[in-house]
Amino acid sequence: MATATLPSTAEIWRWLGEVPDPEIPVISVVDLGIIRAVRWEGDRLVVTVTPTYSGCPATAVINLEIERALREKGIVKLKLERQLSPAWTTDWISAEGREKLRRYGIAPPADGTAIDGVLRQRSERLSGRADPIVACPQCGSTKTEKISQFGSTPCKASYRCTDCLEPFDYFKCI
Amino acid sequence: MSSAPFPTVDQAALFEFLLRMGDNALILGHRLSEWCGHAPALEEDIALANTALDLIGQTQLWLGLAGEMEGKGRTADNLAYLRDATEFRNVLLVERPNGDFGKTLMRQFLFDAWHLSMLQALRSSADKRIADIAEKAAKEVAYHLDRSRDLVIRLGDGTAESHRRMREALDDLWPYTGELFIGDAADEELAAAGLGPAPESLKAEWDGVVGETLTEATLKKPADGYMQRGGKRGVHTEHMGFILAEMQFLQRAYPGATW
Repeated sequence: MATATLPSTAEIWRWLGEVPDPEIPVISVVDLGIIRAVRWEGDRLVVTVTPTYSGCPATAVINLEIERALREKGIVKLKLERQLSPAWTTDWISAEGREKLRRYGIAPPADGTAIDGVLRQRSERLSGRADPIVACPQCGSTKTEKISQFGSTPCKASYRCTDCLEPFDYFKCI
Repeated sequence: MSSAPFPTVDQAALFEFLLRMGDNALILGHRLSEWCGHAPALEEDIALANTALDLIGQTQLWLGLAGEMEGKGRTADNLAYLRDATEFRNVLLVERPNGDFGKTLMRQFLFDAWHLSMLQALRSSADKRIADIAEKAAKEVAYHLDRSRDLVIRLGDGTAESHRRMREALDDLWPYTGELFIGDAADEELAAAGLGPAPESLKAEWDGVVGETLTEATLKKPADGYMQRGGKRGVHTEHMGFILAEMQFLQRAYPGATW
């Protein structure tokens, strides 16, 4: 790379936009909102990645995939940085990513319904306020019910549609 | 990332604190993982495993920071797999055996209610690395508490059998809750430096959430009698050795093994 022109960061973002999430391969790591920054430090590329959940087993695989993809594009000097704060939120999933999730059969997060950890508010919530309205990704009905707060991965909850009777995953807000 | 100096505080006290946070998450995460494949319903099996996963992920953050701060080259894995029982700093509550599903859920609820308050307080820690981990973990633990609280209510206010089991679980676990709120010299150091809350300061909120939940669950909150303690300073119950025997087996039998 020493004599060649370094690719622009816009180009790098485009390449990263083709790196699939290992667990939900229809969306990219960029759609997921976990790439926080891309910058050049001299001739070394630095990509800042934030984990979705602290125990998400996909995190290590995601880093490997990012590295592999960028190496294939000819990036020699590469550093992946982990950034914890601000903590990842489902608000960062792109509009395009949400549509891809829905088509894949996963209901996208209903923004603004994250449990924010304020105890008093939660106690009010538990004493009557309903769960977020989640539309069935199969038939679009909003007559759905939560089966479990945790689905096939920590980031998802299990739901079922009471109209078409299909069970589905809901990408819960965090 | 690792260039920021740690604030002026007794380094031994800070190390102790990070071990406590990490070991609570690790041992409870391990206990929950024992349920994998054994829970009463598929959804609960998955939920328990996912909660365990969150806790073990948080362990990596806390113990990773502890190792970094200690500066002797120990990683989170080294700290998890190569310490003996007396070097663990988790509270006794999290090493209590799983018992039945109700007891596991009651233990989880009593811990989650404390854990969330603790993490919320740590978000304003004077050490940004502690605050960052707390910010991340609090979002996950909010869901843990949401679920454990809901299930404690449903099982407590359920059938005569589920109510009996939840009452017995509560009475059995209650003497292990006091340790969460008893501070020592290390806690005082941390609080004085603005790095973490005094444990006693979390009691009122915990009492409120627990009291309210137990009322809704038609369970009677036990009186605060004699409280067991010791885990925070490395004095554990007989269960700890069995936990470590299973958790650390691979690294003890095949030192340095990776996959």
